[in-house]
Formats: sequence, C-alpha cells, structure tokens
Amino acid sequence: MASTCHTLSVLVDNKPGVLARISTMFARRGFNIDSLAVGETEDPSVSRMTIAVLAEGSPVEQIVKQLHKVINVLRIAELPHDNTVERELALIKVKVDATRRSEIIETAEIFRGKVVDMDPEALVIEVTGAPEKITAFEELMRPYEILEMARTGRVALSRGAVGLKAPAIRPVPIEDLTAS
Amino acid sequence: MTTVTGAHSLIKSLEAAGVGVVFGIPGGAILPAYDPLLESPIRHVLMRHEQGAGHAAEGYAQVTGKAGVCMATSGPGATNLVTPIADAFMDSVPLVAITGQVPRPVIGNDAFQEADITGITMPITKHNYKVMEPDSIPDVIAEAFHIATSGRPGPVLVDIPKDVLQAPTSFSWPSSINLPGYRPTVHPNRRQIRAAAELIGGARRPVFYVGGGVHKGRAADELRRLVETVGAPVVTTLMARGIFPDDHELCLGMPGMHGNYAAVTAMQRADLLITLGARFDDRVTGRLDAFAPDAKIIHADIDPAEIGKNRAVDVPIVGDARLTIIELTKAVLHLRSNHGHADLSEWLAEANSWSRDYPLYYEQPADGPVKPQHVVDSFGAATAGEAVVVTGVGQHQMWASQLMPCNNPYSFVTSGGLGTMGFGVPAALGAKVGRPEAPVVCIDGDGCFQMTAQELATATLEKIPFTVAILNNQHLGMVRQWQELFYDRRYSAVHLPPEVPDYVRLAEAYGAVGYRVTEPDEVETVIDKALSVDDRPCVIDFRVDPAENCFPMIPAGASNDDIILGPDPSPEAVLKVRPSLLEEPAEKGA
Repeated sequence: MASTCHTLSVLVDNKPGVLARISTMFARRGFNIDSLAVGETEDPSVSRMTIAVLAEGSPVEQIVKQLHKVINVLRIAELPHDNTVERELALIKVKVDATRRSEIIETAEIFRGKVVDMDPEALVIEVTGAPEKITAFEELMRPYEILEMARTGRVALSRGAVGLKAPAIRPVPIEDLTAS
Repeated sequence: MTTVTGAHSLIKSLEAAGVGVVFGIPGGAILPAYDPLLESPIRHVLMRHEQGAGHAAEGYAQVTGKAGVCMATSGPGATNLVTPIADAFMDSVPLVAITGQVPRPVIGNDAFQEADITGITMPITKHNYKVMEPDSIPDVIAEAFHIATSGRPGPVLVDIPKDVLQAPTSFSWPSSINLPGYRPTVHPNRRQIRAAAELIGGARRPVFYVGGGVHKGRAADELRRLVETVGAPVVTTLMARGIFPDDHELCLGMPGMHGNYAAVTAMQRADLLITLGARFDDRVTGRLDAFAPDAKIIHADIDPAEIGKNRAVDVPIVGDARLTIIELTKAVLHLRSNHGHADLSEWLAEANSWSRDYPLYYEQPADGPVKPQHVVDSFGAATAGEAVVVTGVGQHQMWASQLMPCNNPYSFVTSGGLGTMGFGVPAALGAKVGRPEAPVVCIDGDGCFQMTAQELATATLEKIPFTVAILNNQHLGMVRQWQELFYDRRYSAVHLPPEVPDYVRLAEAYGAVGYRVTEPDEVETVIDKALSVDDRPCVIDFRVDPAENCFPMIPAGASNDDIILGPDPSPEAVLKVRPSLLEEPAEKGA
C-alpha cells in the first residue's frame, strides 16, 4: 500500500527532554518521520511540533494514540492538506560564475526567493513555501551545482480563525485523584 | 514552614503518598535519602541486587494494587533497575523507582557512577523525571504516584541529583496535581456500551477474553457478575489468572501458546470475543490473520492505543475496567428485559466437551522420574488454591499457570510481557511483604532461580517466609524444548548440571531451609514440611524429568488451529489424551 504524508500539529510542554521523548517513541514504534520542526508558541510554556509522518491510514491513528500517551503532549491535530497553510524555509548555496549569475537570480525571483549572501563564486538563496515548491526550486538549482543546503522542515497552521489551543491549567485535587 | 533537606522532603513525600515499604540498596548519590529513612515509619527492605529491588516492588504491587517503590543509587544502581522497569512497563505494573544522580554541576561530565537514567528509561517508563529543583520534590512525587497508579498503570522513574537531596528546601505536600497532558478516560462511552450489549445479545458463540487490565482495575467481583449474567465461557490470559475462578463452570482456563485446548479452540470458533483489558498479544493470538476468524470483536481497554493495534475492532470501548464492566452488565440486563436472551446452552456444551475431551495431560510413573506437573499439582492440592503463586519464566511458568488452581484474584504473580527470567524469587519476597497473611509459593526453574537467588539472604534476614519450588530439570527447559522440536534436537548451551550449585546447601548457606526431592512419593510430604516453615524462606530442589515438554503448544507463528496436544502423535498416545475419540470415529474440527 502506498504511504501518504500526514501533517500532525502537536502542542507539547516546553520542557527539556520532550523532543527526546517524542523522537524515541517514533523510533521505538517504527514510525517514520519525514520532517519535524519545533518552536515556541504564543504561550512560552508551550511548544508546537509540526511532524510530517509517512504512513497508511490506520498507523496514523496509532501514531496519534501513542503520541497522546506521552505525558508532555497536550494537544494533537492532524492538519488536512486542503485546509492548511504549510511553509518551509530553505537556504541553498549555489555555485555561480559571472555568466550564470543573472540566470540563477532570475529563477530565484520566479520562486520569490531572496539572495541573502553573494560571493564571486557562490550565492545563498532563501526560499520559502510549501515543501513541494522548495523541492521544485532545488531541482532547478541542481544543474548549477548546489554546494550546501539547509531546510527547516515544514511548519503548518490550519486556515481560518479556529486553531489548536493548549488546555487550560486545571489542577485536580489530590483527594479526587485517589477517589477514582 | 521549616527548612528541611531535599532528602527529608523526599521521604516526607513518600510518607504522604502512603508508601509503607521501599525495596532498595543505598550508594553514593542516593546516600542523603537514606539518612532521614532512619526516623521514618517507612520500612526499607535491603535487597542484594537492584534488579531484585525492582521485582520485589512489582510483586508487592501486583498483590496489593498499590504502587511498589524501589530505590537505588546512580549509575550501576540505576541501570540495574532497567530490567524490572521494562518488566513493569510491559505488564502495566504500578512502580515508582527513585534513583540518585550525580550532583547537578557534574551532570554530563562522565562523573563517577553517572548514567543518563532518564534517557535510558524513556522508552520503558510511562513517564520519568529528573528533579533539578529541590522545591519541586513533593510535586514530582505526587505526580509520579498518580501517573504510576492511574489510567493504564506503569513504571515512573524519579531521578534526583545528590546536591538536590542535600539542598535546603521546604516541604509542603501539594493539594492538587496539574497535568494538562494526562487525563485518562475512565468513563466508558454509553453508545459503545449499548452497541457492545447488542452484539452480546445477538451472539451465539461468545467468549470472554479477559486480560490483566481487569486485575489492574480490581474488577473481579464485577467481572463475575457480568459473566454470569451473559452466561458465556471465559478465558483468562496469563496476566489475568485468578481474576475469574478456575473452578467456575464457565472458566475454560488460559488461552495462547501453551493454553488449554478448550480455551484456544473456543476463541477460534467464537462468533464474538468480549475482550476486557487484554491486548491481542502474539502469545495469545498465534498467527494473527488466523486468530478467531469468525469473531466480531468488542475491545474494552483503558489505553486507546491498544484498541485496533493488532486486531480490527467492531466495538471499541475506552474506559476503566471496573466501570466498563458495571455499565456493560447494566446494558446487557436492560436489553434482555426487552428482548429476552439467546440460548447459549449448545455452545456451552460444546466448550465443555473440549475441556472434558482434551484435558491437560501427564502421567506420573510410580517409580519416577518425578514429573514437574506432578509437583505443581501437589502444591495446588496442598495449598487448596489459597496461596499466592509467583513464577519465573519458562516451562515451569506455563505448568504453574496450567495446573495451579487460580481461584482468587491478585494471587498469580508472573512476568508476562517481558518474560523476565529471575523474576520469581524477588517478586515472591515482595508479594509476601504485601500479603503477609497468605502463603506464598514461588514455582521456579533451575535457570531462573540462579539469576536472582541471592535475595534469599534478604528474605532470611528480613524474616520474609515463602516457599521456592525449583523444578530442577537440569536445563534451560523451554529453550531445550524448542531445540528438541524446532532445531532437530541439536542442544546448544542449555544444560545446567543439577548438582552445581547444590541447591540445598545453597539455601542453607543463605539461612533458608533446603530440601531435595528425587522420588515421586516424597513430593507431598516435603511440600507439607516446607509449607509449615513460617520464619524464613524454604527452597525445595525437585529433581524432575529433564525430558518433559510443555504441552499443549502452538508453535511460534502458527495458527491457533494447529495446536499440538502432546509429544507423541501415535494413536495410542492420542487416545489417552482424547478418550472421546473412542466413541467418535471422526476428529471434531481443527
């Protein structure tokens, strides 16, 4: 069965070791991470992980369930591709010489890329967009010889006003815990 | 608020969490915690190996339902806890492990006895903590016990650097816990309960597939009521032995690789499996795509990740086992009051005929050798099913599960998921501490016993009496059995000479009582003598038939339909096991 790419948006406690907890869980259960990006959210005690996973239908459900079992995971949403803004940033260092420089810059402009560093022998181009766009640009740069490249992995948010929120802090009295 | 040390705060927190006993071994980094223990009402049991401390805490937890607590120092002390932690993780045993860590300033510097135990145990704990602030100790301990015992129970490790234990802090036990990412679902969904009741109402060949989750939910009485209401047969997995009494007419016993023919076959023929707190483990299902092919599946578990993991489910129910069973019973009764209920008598008669026609079978020749099953049977008779039974892992474990009468819940303690050899002796010690009034019998193998036998010293000195029955077959028996059956009798590295060590003298050296049994007619008298020892442990070296294999058996990866009933496929031998074939010309089914 062909595996498809799913984008999970995961809110986690912004604490040391949480990334390790999640990555070891993926490794241990044999789930494949295609891309992973982490950063703080509007609430500094919460980080958002955007995890792209390669999986078939039911393993995604299993991945989500296993993620929920990590105590530091607060909320999980699977973001449908048709209702999600997905962006990735890449820095690509391309070999240039005087004859090809303008050609490369022109191509970069078509992709709304920016030249962020210029050297007689190389250009660093910053390009942002959906992962497919970055890959397409990368393919176009390949003939010129890519000297180095760094990609951030995708980040994503759902479209519209509704979003994923960390649950409110709701301490549970110890008596209630022991009673149940 | 008075100033205390982090160590004081830790011990006060353990007291506040209701801890009565800690199994442990001190060492450099955990030293500060051992000082306030001197004034604490908490009993500390000084073990001889940290692995023993972990398994003792597991044994304690399994019989009491409370979290077991073990304590060790940093580095090797902590890494020695890895096996019991992994064991507790696989069997969902509530365990809190406290470890010392090197002081904060040298963490990461490869300091003496440093090991990254939180990193190491991340994949085998439900959660773990590295406590970097002395003020957070009470909160962390409160959370650790809550996480270990609630939801699907499991091990939680708390790693505390030495300087955190020495630092001044204040102690105040929290009144509440804030874990926004941890809210186990305990109340089952009503619609699913109703859907499950409807499936039950329509089933003609239902089977209750009961797992360790019902033990963890402490739901023995509620289960019995549900089963008797529905009137369907019950199989209890290795982790659920005793949760439903073996002597009940609806109990078929244990399913799986070495399960009873009746239990295995009832599941294969069922049109509905009412799965309660079980996880479709490969040792139960055999080849998954051939398992219970005609059965619809109701799967109730507190861990949503178990549902649909191995087998597609018709009705999923997430919730606490006890609440789920209570609600399900109500729903079944309600449905029945409107629609009556299906007649299961034909199905029950068929299931009972399998129990009758394909019994567990062995023969004890009067002149020996002693059969291991005879030893287990005799223990069952001598304890009248009232003992707490603890096992190691291997052939003896399967014989114990098959033949010890399990009529009481929380009284069969074993290592199921991880299959940890050496579990028996320390777990028996912990079980006896948890249930001092009950006789504790550890059915062990000679291989298993030698992995953790040093805890006999602990038991003698702490006056923790239990009986260890070594079924000494001079081999790593289960490995030998597989080499016989699947490796063309090419025996590789499985022989353990029966006289080294001399188990009787070894027991005596540890201050325990030692007996040896070589003849069948000695078995009962020596068991009686051993069970009357009540001030120290007692070890019996049963020299049993080394050639005996454990049956029934479903080879790994085979379908449950291909169950092998016994060693000898000759017609005479088969007739002994299946007397019904005398009357019936054709073999039924399979």
